[in-house]
Formats: sequence, C-alpha cells, structure tokens
Amino acid sequence: MTLLLKGGRVVDPSRKVDGVADLLIENGKIVSSGKALPKGKKSPDPEVLDLRDKWVVPGLIDMHTHLREPGFEYKETIASGSEAAVAGGFSSIACMPNTDPINDSRSVTEFIRRKATECGLANVYPIAAITVKSEGSLLSEFWDLKDAGAIGFSDDGKSVMNASLIRRALEYAASLNMPVIVHCEDKNLSAGGVMHEGAVATELGLAGIPAIAEDVMVARDLLLAEYTGAALHIAHVSTAGAVRLIREAKSRGVRVTAETAPHYFSLTDEALRGFDTNTKVYPPLRSFEDCRAIREGLSDGTLDVIASDHAPHARTDKEVEFDYAATGLTGLETSFALSLRLVADGVLAFPDLIEKMTINPARILRIPKGTLAAGADADITVIDPDREWTVDRTLFHSRGKNSPFHGWVMKGKPVMTIVGGVIRYRDV
Amino acid sequence: MKLRSKDILGIKELSVEEITLILDTADSFLEVSTREIKKVPTLRGKSMINLFYEASTRTRTSFEIAAKRLSADTINISASTSSVVKGETLIDTAKNIEAMNPDIIVIRHSAAGAPHMLASLLKQSIINAGDGAHEHPTQALLDMMTIRSRKGRIAGLKVAIVGDISHSRVARSNIHGLTKMGARVFVAGPATMLPRDIESLGVVAYSRIDEAIRDADIVMMLRIQTEREKQNLFPSLREYATYFSLNRKNIALAREDCIVMHPGPLNRGVEISPDIADGPHSVILDQVTNGVAVRMALLYLLTGGGNS
Repeated sequence: MTLLLKGGRVVDPSRKVDGVADLLIENGKIVSSGKALPKGKKSPDPEVLDLRDKWVVPGLIDMHTHLREPGFEYKETIASGSEAAVAGGFSSIACMPNTDPINDSRSVTEFIRRKATECGLANVYPIAAITVKSEGSLLSEFWDLKDAGAIGFSDDGKSVMNASLIRRALEYAASLNMPVIVHCEDKNLSAGGVMHEGAVATELGLAGIPAIAEDVMVARDLLLAEYTGAALHIAHVSTAGAVRLIREAKSRGVRVTAETAPHYFSLTDEALRGFDTNTKVYPPLRSFEDCRAIREGLSDGTLDVIASDHAPHARTDKEVEFDYAATGLTGLETSFALSLRLVADGVLAFPDLIEKMTINPARILRIPKGTLAAGADADITVIDPDREWTVDRTLFHSRGKNSPFHGWVMKGKPVMTIVGGVIRYRDV
Repeated sequence: MKLRSKDILGIKELSVEEITLILDTADSFLEVSTREIKKVPTLRGKSMINLFYEASTRTRTSFEIAAKRLSADTINISASTSSVVKGETLIDTAKNIEAMNPDIIVIRHSAAGAPHMLASLLKQSIINAGDGAHEHPTQALLDMMTIRSRKGRIAGLKVAIVGDISHSRVARSNIHGLTKMGARVFVAGPATMLPRDIESLGVVAYSRIDEAIRDADIVMMLRIQTEREKQNLFPSLREYATYFSLNRKNIALAREDCIVMHPGPLNRGVEISPDIADGPHSVILDQVTNGVAVRMALLYLLTGGGNS
C-alpha cells in the first residue's frame, strides 16, 4: 500500500524540519519527504491525499494512559482506549500498570500486547509495576517484564514510600536501560485529601492535598536519581515547587525528565466550585500560581512531555458524593486540542509543542517512534489547525465520559491518524 | 421580596437582602412558639422530608418542630451509613424520594457538596442541614438572628469564633454571613486547626484565644471533636481545655456585655467551662429557640411565602 501526502506543512522536531513538503509512504514505512515528490516507485498509483492547509507531524505519543484492562473493562478496554487514542491523534500510547491484576508479571504484559495487536489501532506499550502488586515492598521482575515487552516501570497512582526500594529500582532499571516513572506524592501529607489545599478547599470544606505532598517526593526522587546516576521520569507534574526543583536538578545535570498533563495548564482549583466530580483528579488541580509555573516549565524546557494521564471512569464511579468519587479524567480525545492552546497563548511554538508529544516521549521510553525520517514507521498525525469544534463527551470513543472540558470550544483538531502506513482514523 | 433560589445550600449564595428577609420573617414566627396552641395552618398539605446521613438530634428535631408548627407533614429518614456503604447511591435515594412528591428535602451529609448534587437533580427545594465541613446555613441564620435580637444589629460588631475552624461548617457559614452583614470576624484555634488561606474569607486568624476574644461583642465557641486528638491536630484534650477553653478568666478580655454562643452539643469543661455555659453571658438556649423560628421562616419562604 502506498500513500502520498501532498502539500501539508510538515513539522518534524526530530529533524528540525518545518515546511511545506510531500511525504511518501510505502509498506508501512516512510520512504521520503521533500518538495513535490514524484509518485511511488514500486506501486504506480499511490493514494494521494491533498493536505494543503493541514499540518503533518509524527504520530503523537501519549506516554501516560490508563486502559483499565484487565479488570476494569466497564471503565475502558484496550480496544476502546485505542479507538480514543487514534481519534485524539495518538498513534502510540503507553499504559500504566494499575489494572486488576496489576501489570507486575510477564503474563499481564503479554495479555495487554496481545489485546492491542488484536484490535490493531494504536501502538500500545505496557508500563509494568515497580513493585509486586504496586504494594511498595518487593521489586517486580524487571528483566522478565522487559523481555515480555514492557517499556518502563511505574507504580503510578501512588509513590513508593520506601526510599531504599526506589533507589534499588533506579539502579536495577538503569542496568536494563529502562526508565523509572514516578508518581510523586507523600501519602502521609496527602492522606484524606480530595483537592488542592488552599483558599478554595478552605471555602468548600473539602480536605486538602498540599502542594508539598508532591514537592517533598519530587525532591527525594531527584536526590536518588542524582546519587544513582539513573534516568528518572517524573509523571504528571502539577506544582510550582516541583517545576522549580526539576529545573534546578536539570541545571546540575541530573538525568531527569518530566511530564505534565493538559488539565494542569488548563484548569485551576477554582474549577471545583460546584463540586463537579469530573474535576476530581490526583494530583489535584492546583492554584493559579502553580498553573502559571507549569506553563513556564513547558516554555523553558523543564517539562519535556505533555501526556494526558487518560483516566476513564464509568458514570457510577463519578455520580456520587465528591468525597467518594473516583479520581481522574478521560483525556485522550481532548489532550491535543488543549495543548494547542499553548501555541495560541504564546507559551510554546508549534514545533516545540510537537516535540513534547512525539520525539521527547519516544526518547524517554526508548521506542523507535516520533520521527518522520526516511525508513521510520509511517506513524503520522494530520492536524487541521483551523477546525473549530466543541468538546462533546457523549461523542467520545473512550468509554470514559468523565471530562471537565465538556462544552469547551476548541480550535485545531487531529483529523487523520496513520499507524504503520494505515489510516486508522479519519475526520476529513 | 422572595428568595432567588429554590434551595438553601449555603450562606455564601445569599444576599444581604435575602438574609435580612429570612431574619425578619423568623422574628415574626418566633411568637407562634409561645402560643398556647403552637400551630398555624400555613403549610397544610405540604410535606418535608428530613434526610439525615449523619447523626443529629438538635437540627433534625428543630426542622421537624418547625414544619409541624406550620402544619406541614414531616418524615424522617436516617441513614446511619454513607450511600456508598449502603449500596444505594445518594442520587437513587433522592430520586425515589422525589417520586413521592414532597415539597422540601432537608439533607445532612458528611460529604461536602452532597446537597448541591441533589439540588441540581431534583425539582424540590433542598435545604442544607450541614454538609461535611462546608456549610450549615440554618445554624448561621439562627446565630445571626440571636445576635441581632440581643445586640439590635450585626454591622460593626466584633465576633470571635474559637475552636476547630478547619473542620467546622458552622464557622464557614457564620464567616460568610457575619462578614456580609458587616461584622468583623476573628477566628482562633490551634494553628493545626486553622485552614490554609482562611484569611481569604475576610477574617483575621489567631492561634491564641486571648487575641481573638479581646473586646469581642460575640464569642462563639465551637465543639471540639475528640477524635482529632488521634490525628495529631492537638496533643491532648487536657491541653486543649487548658489553653483554648472559654472560662471565667479569659472572658474578662471580651466586652462586659458580650454574649457567648455555642452551636452544641457542648463538651462541658473542654471548650467551654460549665459556669460560662450556664452563666449570664450565655445565649446558648436562645439559639435553640431561634433555630425553630429560622427554620419556620425558611420553610415558609421556600414554599412561596413572602410573595407580595
């Protein structure tokens, strides 16, 4: 099968390319890109896509999602999550291990990969648990998990409170050239909290999670990364303090990378007035100052990646009292459009945004993705920068309709997602 | 004039005019409870449901008496456990109640925001009888009624609220109400029980009782929950009683004509010494009496009264 993508603005930060060009795809690979490419050599009649006024970027990568399968199929399945991924412009996603059973064994990793292959939409990369059952006491079998296809380790959803254990995890994972992804939250400081601790929590009478619950753990893990020399990736950064600590660590040469999620630069704790349980997420939506610091961190490169922390839940998990509601929001189908607002707001240049959603996560996860170089897998996302649309959660492909962005008016939308040379989503 | 909303969810949402309307109406209902025949036909044919997910004697009884004195039918539903534990969701319970067509649902719940969820889903009037640490609007209204009747005004008074501010819905509702009505509000409690950014609500916060009650016209003491000791919010009840109780000695710092209030139930000898609770400054039982009148006023106004 041959595809010729004609006349789009091709933006590929992995090669510092930004300009109008054609892109030729054959047999699932990118053959070449350039000005006014001739038609394919092998197949004489490629399908030609006229992409004038569209932007063509490497297939987007979301390195932080929850696909819920096995165990919580009523919230999401690998198939429905993959549909949501390609509809959101993502050709590759990594999924966190907090399923039931937890992905701490070869059998669960292999199950996820098999399911993803069966549905055949996005590339799905399992992240395995740091500790057995993510209980924070015994290391899981990193080597075996890597051989089974896991691409990193995380106990996402909670911190490994035992500093010695996370030290060993960093050392052992480094020997396998695998990243350790940490969820930073001191659970003694956050215990009982349901939202950011501050003026809004005080007024609403909801128990607070202080920003320092995150900062304390970020500081600890940065020190451990510095000491061990291992690569550390910090998930869903939400506080000004964490941004500052990571910035300082990077300037000292610590091997740290970090991500944030669109809700942390799009919303603040003010969104919780009215007790909408779709705004309940951990880490919680923070203060205006934190939100501004996240944007600064993205702008100056402290934060390397934007990942959705896609956390689908069923209505039954959310249509309860705020204190009892499940945490997290469904994100795959709004992540890119929310991130594109950073360009409109002057926080990021468009190629810098694409870097944080393609080549940066690919490098952190050591996966051969995120580039349009000749010979690379033909994973491509096409964006219509002028498309105006309104978020309608009833139209999500994800089973999770739990979005606080319902009704938001967006400009710019992924309109085609190509995975391995095959068009897996098309909205043009 | 009438109330703008079908619900009473918090003092935060009420205007000065609405608060004044409620207090004026409550003043006029006070007399009903002193009659030989303590019943007027105003709400005959209306029904009110008390949906209590948290233990309560005073508030539930007060609502029930208020409704009965207005000739409304009352039904009490006590759910000893949360909706999650019980197996039926709060929304399902509420929709079942709605299907039986009551006029007013009074809800108390340990989760902040639970009344707001019902208010958005049900056509009935919802009255918040206390939601978590968020609001307890009828308590604040009866407190303001008591202050106004004793002092003739609220504006310009100095009010001290002392105790566990972090976990107190009474404190929050009173802070909203009293500051709206022009009082100056000072809060005090152990530093561990002053919620972050409390000053953003327009109060001055102290971690010593003496500073807050100096020259106060009103001293409002809050109940201390003994289980907070286990959360390391204060070292011991003994220490709390020694350093944070209102007693004969420190009350001398307040104005000579100050009044002492407490939402109940009292921990005698912990946050308030018995001789103060029963002494000449105390208006604690007036608060209870006024509570019935305030709740009568709300039931009347929410069912269409005051419509002229």
